[in-house]
Amino acid sequence: MYRIIEKQDLTPAITLMKVDAPAIARKAQAGQFIILRLHDQAERIPLTIADYNRDEGTITIVFQIVGKSTEELATLKQGDSILNFAGPLGVPSEIEDYGTVVCIGGGCGVAPIYPITRALHQAGNRVISIVGARCVDMCFFEPEMRSVSDELHVVTDDGTKGRKGLVTDPLEDILKSGSKIDLVIAVGPVPMMSAVAKLTKTYGVKTIVSLNPIMVDGTGMCGCCRVSVGGTTKFACVDGPDFDAHQVDFEELTKRQRTYKKEEQVASEHYHQCACGKE
Amino acid sequence: MAEESTENEMAEESTGKERKGRKEVAARNAMPTQEPQVRVRNFNEVATGYTWEQALSEAGRCLQCKKKPCSNGCPVGVDIPGFIEFMQKGDFLGAAKKIKESNNLPAICGRVCPQEGQCEKLCTLGKKHEPVAVGRLERFAADFERRAGTEIPALPKSLNKKVAVVGSGPSGLTVAADLTRMGYRVTVFEALHMPGGVLVYGIPEFRLPKEIVRAEIDYIKQLGAEVMVDSVIGKIQSVDELLADGFEAVYIGSGAGLPTFMNIPGENLSGVYSANEFLTRTNLMKAYLFPDYDTPIKVGNRVAVMGGGNVAMDSARCSLRLGAAEVHIVYRRSEHEMPARREEVEHAIEEGVHLDLLCSPIRIIGNKDGWVEALECVRYELGEPDESGRRSPIQIKGSEFIMPMDTVIMAIGNSPNPLIAQTTPDLKTGRHGVLVADPETGATTKKGVYAGGDIVTGAATVISAMGAGKIAAASIDRYLRGAE
Repeated sequence: MYRIIEKQDLTPAITLMKVDAPAIARKAQAGQFIILRLHDQAERIPLTIADYNRDEGTITIVFQIVGKSTEELATLKQGDSILNFAGPLGVPSEIEDYGTVVCIGGGCGVAPIYPITRALHQAGNRVISIVGARCVDMCFFEPEMRSVSDELHVVTDDGTKGRKGLVTDPLEDILKSGSKIDLVIAVGPVPMMSAVAKLTKTYGVKTIVSLNPIMVDGTGMCGCCRVSVGGTTKFACVDGPDFDAHQVDFEELTKRQRTYKKEEQVASEHYHQCACGKE
Repeated sequence: MAEESTENEMAEESTGKERKGRKEVAARNAMPTQEPQVRVRNFNEVATGYTWEQALSEAGRCLQCKKKPCSNGCPVGVDIPGFIEFMQKGDFLGAAKKIKESNNLPAICGRVCPQEGQCEKLCTLGKKHEPVAVGRLERFAADFERRAGTEIPALPKSLNKKVAVVGSGPSGLTVAADLTRMGYRVTVFEALHMPGGVLVYGIPEFRLPKEIVRAEIDYIKQLGAEVMVDSVIGKIQSVDELLADGFEAVYIGSGAGLPTFMNIPGENLSGVYSANEFLTRTNLMKAYLFPDYDTPIKVGNRVAVMGGGNVAMDSARCSLRLGAAEVHIVYRRSEHEMPARREEVEHAIEEGVHLDLLCSPIRIIGNKDGWVEALECVRYELGEPDESGRRSPIQIKGSEFIMPMDTVIMAIGNSPNPLIAQTTPDLKTGRHGVLVADPETGATTKKGVYAGGDIVTGAATVISAMGAGKIAAASIDRYLRGAE
C-alpha cells in the first residue's frame, strides 16, 4: 500500500498527489513513469512522474480526470492509500547541455515536462518554456515552470490567460525569429505533439516527444504500447517513453489510442451507476 | 515378441506383492470434464478432477515398479510410486506430503505438466496398456490436502543468510520454497501486482484456477518466504544493489516475457494483440468480468490466432469464452507438428476452434479507422524435416487468400525480458538475449548469481522451469555453505 501524503486540486479537473514510495523516489529520474492500481478490480494506469523527492521519499503524480479510473483516483483523500505503485519505469529523458532548448507542456503534460525542464535548466541549458491549456481554469504549475525557465510563454485556447492560441504559435515565432534552437521537447495530448513535430520538422530542429499510449504491464511484457518509430515497432514502456518526434507515426498512435473508446464510456457509466447506488 | 518382453519386465519390476497370474489391467480412468458446449460459455475449470473412487481406482493401476522409471521422467524427481502407494492405501494426505518432498507446487503441476511426455511416457504399464494417470493423481492428492488444510512441515533453524529471487513464476517459487525449507531467508521480487508469473497472467482460469495458484504461493509464504510485488528489478533496484544490500545470492527467474511479432504489415492495427497482452488482460486483469473489473478487452466475431503452441490454444479458447463466434488457429505446419499438448488441441477442437493448417499470414488488412478487417494468408506444403526434426513448411506460390477477421492474436513465442541483462553488465547473454547459465548448477557468469527457467532456455514449460529452480536451489545452498 502506498499512502497519499498530500493532495492538491490544481484545477477543477487536474489533481496532484504526493505518494509515499521511497524505493521508487530513490531511483526516479525525469521522463520516467509509474504504474498504479487502485484496488483489486482496478486497471493498471501509467502516469508520468511529475516530481520526486528523494529525501522525503515521495513521488508526485498529476492527472486529469479523463475516465473511470482517474475519476476514482481523484476521490482518494490525503491519508488514503493506493494498492499498487510500481516504477520507475521507462528510459529517463536524456539530459545534457544542448544549448538552447524549448520545453513545451500542453494540458496535463505540463506536469511531466516540469522535471525535464528543471533537469535541463540545471544542466546549463538556456530554457524557453511554453505551457498551454484550454482556459485559465486549466492552467497549473506556472510558478514552478517559471522558476526553471529563462523565458516562459503561456497560451490558452480561449485567451483567458496569456496569449490566445496554441503552443505552436509562440513556438513558430521563436523558430521564425531565427534564434538558434538546439532541441525541442514536447509533452501533451497526441494532436499537440504531432503539430509540434510537424512544425519543427520544417525548421529542421531536433524534437523529442514523451508518449503515453495504452499500456497494461509497463515492463515490456504485453506489447500493447507499441508505436511505429522510423518504420520499426517500439514498445513505449521499455524503449521510451521519449522518442524522436520526427520519426513517430502519430496517425497510427491516434488510432490506437481510440481502441477502447466505447469501453471507456461503458466503464464510466457503470461506475456512476454503482457510485449512485451506494449513496 | 515385444509384448512378451514387456510382460516379463512388468513382472520383474513389480514389487514382491501378490500378483495373481495375469491380472486384468483396468482401463485408465478418464478425467471428468465440463461438456464442451457448456464450458465454452464459462471460465470455470474444464477438468473437474477425479472423484475419491476414481482416484483409488487409478492409484490401484500402479504396478509399484522397483526401478521407478516414471520418476526418472520427472524434471523435479517426484517419488511417483511412493506417493501413489499412499493413495492406494487411501492416505491422500500422506501422498501429498510425499509429493511435496520434491515438488512444492503439486496442484499446479498436476494440472499443467505435460505428463504424457514425461512420467507417463516412461510408465511400465504404458508399454502395453494406457499409462497410470500420474498427473491426475497428483492433482487429486494436492487438492485433497488443500481442502483439508495444508500442513507446514517442520523447518530447520534459520541460517540467517538472505537470498533474493527475481520473478515469482514457477522457477522462482521453486527456488524460494526449496531454500526456505533449508533455512535460508528468501525474498521474492515480482514486477507485477500479483505473484505467480505465467501461472497468473498466462495460463487461463479454466485450465489453472487462480485460487489454486494463490493457495500454493500462500504455502510458500507460510514456509517463510517473503514476496514483494510491484518490484521491477533492474528499475527499482539492480542485481548489484541486491548483492550490496545483504543478499548473499540472487536467483533470476524473470521468464520469457517479451512478445514476438511477425513483422508483417498491419501488426499495429487496433484489434491485433500479442498473446501476452490478450491473456494478461483476460487472466490477470479479469477482462472477462468487465465492467465489474476495469480492464477491457475487445473480441470481435471472428478471431484468428497465429501459432500452434499451448499459448495459441489458450488464446483461442479464451476468445470463445469472451464471446467470439468463430475462432481460427492459423498454423504454418500440420497438426502433427503443433507444439501444443495433444490434450489442449483436442479440448480446443471439441470447443469448436477451427484449425487452419499449412498457412501463414503475410499481412493484416485494416479499415479506415485503423481496425483489423482481414488477414491475408498464403498456403504451405511440408518439405523435408529441418534441424528441429519437424518437417519444414514451403510456401506455395500464388496461393494467397483472404480471411475476414475482427481480432488477430500473435502467439508465436516470447523472448527473454532484457531488463535484468541490461542493468547487470557482467551477466553474459546468449542467442535472443537469454542468460547464460550452467545447466548443471544454474550458475551464471556472475559470482553468486544463478538463473533458470525461460530466461535461460527461452519459452518452455512450467515443470522444466521448476526443474531448473531445483538444481539452482541446491547449488545456491552449496555456494552459501562454501562448498562451491
